[in-house]
Amino acid sequence: MTTTNTSPDKMVVLPTQAPKAKTMGRFNRWDTPWLNTKLITGISIITAILLLGIIGRLFWDTNLAFTATSPLNLPPPGFVNSRGQAGTWEHPLGTENSGRDMLALIIVGAPNSFLIGVIAAGVGMTVGIILGFSAGFIGGRVDDFIRIISDVTITIPTLMVLIVIQSVLKQIELSTMALLIALFAWPHPTRLIRAQVLSMRESGYVKMARLSGASTFSIMFREIMPNLIPYLFASFIGNATGAILAAVGLETLGLGPQRVPTLGGTIYFAIGSAALLRNMWWWWGFPTLLLALMFIGLLLTNLGFDEIANPRLRQSSQ
Amino acid sequence: MGGITIGYFLRRLAIFFLTIWIAATVIWLIPRLAPGDPITAMVGRMIQQGGSVENSAAIIEGWRERFGLNDPLPVQYVRYLGNIIRFDFGYSLAYFPTPVSQIVGQALPWTLGLLLLATSITFLLGNFLGALMAWRGTPRLAKLLIPVGMVFTSLPSILAAIFLLYIFAFLLDWFPLSGSYGRGMKPGLTLEFIGSVIHHGTLPALAIVIVSFGYWALGMRGMMITVEGEDYMHLARAKGLNPFYVLYRYMVRNAILPQITAFAITLGTLISGQVLVEYIFVYQGMGSVIFTAIRNQDFAVIQGTSFFLIVLTALAVLIIDLVYPLIDPRISHERS
Repeated sequence: MTTTNTSPDKMVVLPTQAPKAKTMGRFNRWDTPWLNTKLITGISIITAILLLGIIGRLFWDTNLAFTATSPLNLPPPGFVNSRGQAGTWEHPLGTENSGRDMLALIIVGAPNSFLIGVIAAGVGMTVGIILGFSAGFIGGRVDDFIRIISDVTITIPTLMVLIVIQSVLKQIELSTMALLIALFAWPHPTRLIRAQVLSMRESGYVKMARLSGASTFSIMFREIMPNLIPYLFASFIGNATGAILAAVGLETLGLGPQRVPTLGGTIYFAIGSAALLRNMWWWWGFPTLLLALMFIGLLLTNLGFDEIANPRLRQSSQ
Repeated sequence: MGGITIGYFLRRLAIFFLTIWIAATVIWLIPRLAPGDPITAMVGRMIQQGGSVENSAAIIEGWRERFGLNDPLPVQYVRYLGNIIRFDFGYSLAYFPTPVSQIVGQALPWTLGLLLLATSITFLLGNFLGALMAWRGTPRLAKLLIPVGMVFTSLPSILAAIFLLYIFAFLLDWFPLSGSYGRGMKPGLTLEFIGSVIHHGTLPALAIVIVSFGYWALGMRGMMITVEGEDYMHLARAKGLNPFYVLYRYMVRNAILPQITAFAITLGTLISGQVLVEYIFVYQGMGSVIFTAIRNQDFAVIQGTSFFLIVLTALAVLIIDLVYPLIDPRISHERS
């Protein structure tokens, strides 16, 4: 709420300024900040999960993700459930108590989570870019208004608001849920972009562009925007993470979409049926593990972009 | 002295009410934009549930009257705002004559206790580790190990809660599976009761700590690196000051302040996370209340509890913002 809370480490650090190279190695084409270990690992994890969802559909019958398509409560092969039934390779990840195949659930559920993240973060970023640039460039009352509204919205516990809304709406679609989450996804990018635009507006190259008669529009998108790209990526990933987090929270509370299988929804059913006490670890374990991997992938990607955007973080990480 | 002026205080207070007003309006408005009238749906559910209740018709009539279903929307909206300002959310449908405020009141101490405990541990631990990560005097091994612990940061608290519950309560049986104190125990200031509360609260608190300490550590590390580049650091070292003194008085003291502002911003996420943890551990705070209410489709309780948590968050942020200038003399809120 204070006007001074932009942390100094997010000040003007242009991504193109490489850290002081110790040798002439900076001319090596592989010595680019974009080849960041964290970024590459993170993106690989996310790609792997996405591929599981996309390629998995070709090799596995996704209809098995619906109730009563498989035997009940089967463990993965090599394990025995409480009734003494052994798992079979027909259901490599086991089945749950209403006859859904876990592998099919995961194949259908994983991309759904990403979808929610991408929609919500996409909408949030678009609004954030528009508001952030307006606030930074127009200034004055517009800036005051946008700043106050985003400061206010950022402190509202999103999950609480969404719980109330979704408990009233009986049926909810995946896209509706994503849009509802997007209602709260814009303040972060707005603040970030506003702060960056404010500091870049006074920088030499923007003044130069203005002197050469470039239009405001061209300054915004030709001069400032390219320098913001790593920030925008980091912010997008952060936003998508937040959106997936909110979605998983709602789903585990039983407020998610009922017609499509989701990972959070699977956990909700598992907890509701006391899967923990019945030691049906495959039921809650696989979705939880997959979500955990997903969030680790997103975090690494985010950290990677952060290091690209802010060379100071990079220097000391070695 | 810190620069809190009356003007700043009033402006900040206005923002506090603005936050609550926006949240309340969103909660009220969006369900009404959706097809189908939420109140009709709720009364419909009541008819289903109240099939065996003798005076169900009277209850429904009472609720219709109470909600003013026939009034125009703006009138309903104003009445709604009036009710929530007085924290009057009506009665729980599932436990009928119990007012929502009473249910909230019973759950609140548990939620607040867990929140305060877990948050203080997280804040201290996170900032400590973050400072170590950036300090040049830290042993190499620690610098390698701390980032590994950060992997948990990315996890949603609910996933951490499930893992912890499975490993420490189900497999190892070190901690109880659910609840906030031993069954059949009478709450009171006895040693036994307090021990039981701690025993039950450890895992939920741990779930919150391991998913959030990394956030502070990362922020702290970033701030420490920034402070490291300042001229006064060179001067302090050149003077030959004790490295620990430099670490504490020069680096940490300066780096930790923005962390407090960051704390205010993340409070909403923190409370949301805790609600989910409480639900997994069947801890008798707001989380369990909300989950039970969702199961029973007890809309009044869901709305009351959520709104209360929103107000709580806004209030905490307000307090932090008012106290902050006192801690950080560099901040002054007088308009220059």
